[in-house]
Amino acid sequence: MKSLGKVGHLILLGVLLLSIFPIYFSFVVASQDNSALGKVPPPVLPGANILDNIQRVFDTVPFGQALINSLLVSAAVSVSVVLFSTLAGFAFAKLRFRGRTAALVLVVATMTVPPQLGIIPLYLLMIKFEWTDSLVAVIFPALVNAFGVFFMTQFLREALPTELLEAGRVDGCGNHRLFWHVVLPAARPAAAVLGMLTFLGTWNDFIWPLLVLQSPEQQTAQVALSTLRSGYVQDYSLALTGTLLATVPLLVVFGLLGKQLIGGIMHGAVKG
Amino acid sequence: MRARFYRFDQATSPYLYILPFFVLFGIFGLYPLGYTAWVSLHDWSLLSDEHPFVGLKNYGELLADPYFWNALRNTISIMLLSTVPQLIFAILLANMLNRKIRLQTLFRLGMLLPNVTSVVAVAVIFSQLFGRDFGLINWILETLGLGRIDWQAGTASSHIAIAVMIIWRWTGYNTLIFLAAMQAVPKDLYEAATLDGATPMQQLRRITLPMIRPTLIFTVIISTIYGMQIFAEPQVFAGSNAGALSGGNARQFQTLTLYLVENGFSKGFEFGYASAVAWVMFLIIIVFALINFVLVRRVRSAS
Repeated sequence: MKSLGKVGHLILLGVLLLSIFPIYFSFVVASQDNSALGKVPPPVLPGANILDNIQRVFDTVPFGQALINSLLVSAAVSVSVVLFSTLAGFAFAKLRFRGRTAALVLVVATMTVPPQLGIIPLYLLMIKFEWTDSLVAVIFPALVNAFGVFFMTQFLREALPTELLEAGRVDGCGNHRLFWHVVLPAARPAAAVLGMLTFLGTWNDFIWPLLVLQSPEQQTAQVALSTLRSGYVQDYSLALTGTLLATVPLLVVFGLLGKQLIGGIMHGAVKG
Repeated sequence: MRARFYRFDQATSPYLYILPFFVLFGIFGLYPLGYTAWVSLHDWSLLSDEHPFVGLKNYGELLADPYFWNALRNTISIMLLSTVPQLIFAILLANMLNRKIRLQTLFRLGMLLPNVTSVVAVAVIFSQLFGRDFGLINWILETLGLGRIDWQAGTASSHIAIAVMIIWRWTGYNTLIFLAAMQAVPKDLYEAATLDGATPMQQLRRITLPMIRPTLIFTVIISTIYGMQIFAEPQVFAGSNAGALSGGNARQFQTLTLYLVENGFSKGFEFGYASAVAWVMFLIIIVFALINFVLVRRVRSAS
């Protein structure tokens, strides 16, 4: 394999800058006094107003509550998706039962159904359950997803040695004990990636929380963010400070676990 | 006794393990989709308790509504403007990353960063960059002597701005998917081609692209489905409370999903009508997927 020349490296460096720039720019605007934004040319270096702007965000919308709501929803959904996906993945990858192939085909088929097409009856269902305007309405429909089951099945098929399960059975372990003591530990690398993907995806969800959550105290960070943007008077430093606040937790997660995430995405891609 | 319990455990536990997925997915995934079809056959407003059956009336009204066709045109236009450049960039970038490079991890992390950022955040940031009076992009254009563009006001310009948001967010993700597929291509194919004097461009066209075709198809279909559902980018780009769901003052960037939500959740809460929109969208997505499938089979049998 040939190595990439200087020009190639320069192009990649340019792409890297383009990837980072909008996030850097949101920091620039978030740290400016609002009046500085009406100047020509627009500012490209950070100012000193970041703390004032953060204060203004918290004064305008209950953003702290929104961040906590997002954290709650994302954590609950991630744990549930990882647990149920590993359970189903274990059954599909290592256990024999009637109808297994048909059930797995059904799981894969459901991956192509766009979830937002069901939002209207889902909304009617939430009214019936009296869940509208509560976080439960955001959490419950997201507790399982077909991608997670598929991802775990593929992973466990390879990463979980069948001999290890046999050995456990000889020692008198039933499937339940095997699941907790053998399967879950073996699934840990994939569980980390799936948990992270689910966390990011749930944190970034927009359309369903926007429709089903009305009162400011129930909003998630993305919904609160969009209300900061949609005022009649355009207050860009306010909107972009909110953007930054809602993005920083993700950047931290990404900084800590980004490498595994890339490994997981590329691993899943080869399989799919 | 013990042996009997063991057999019982072996026979039932697999079903027990897949049960939570199918129960929850049935209630919150499958049932709503089917129920949408039922609701779409009724005059079903959230503001009234009576929901009379009206057959295909909602579909008839939908197909006669110029706003629907406008939204469909906008959606397809934005989808093409975003998907085509995005996939071309991703293939070229993956091809570069597939060589020996320095700072490999840094480049890969950088590629994925935009995808980690939320759609709403991206839309807020780019709305500011594309601002008419104080936006950075207009300032650059003016400095270059090209004049300002009112990005939000025009049809083409607003579609380009929204497409840029999508391209920025998804190119890196697709690059990594392509890179994974490229790394599975046997290296000796390239060595043989280099010995035969094939240029890098020829190697990309004759070896890499045919070898990663399954991934290519998968990515095209996924981006098309995503493109048909665009909502947050135009919703946030519109900004003001009044124009948020209509996609600009002249509906110049109203997408199908905005149109669906506008009818279902603001204009009289017409759930029957909005459900008809959802089903028509679903059918369009299936048609797109089938076209992709047929095209790919044609290409395969031709070669």
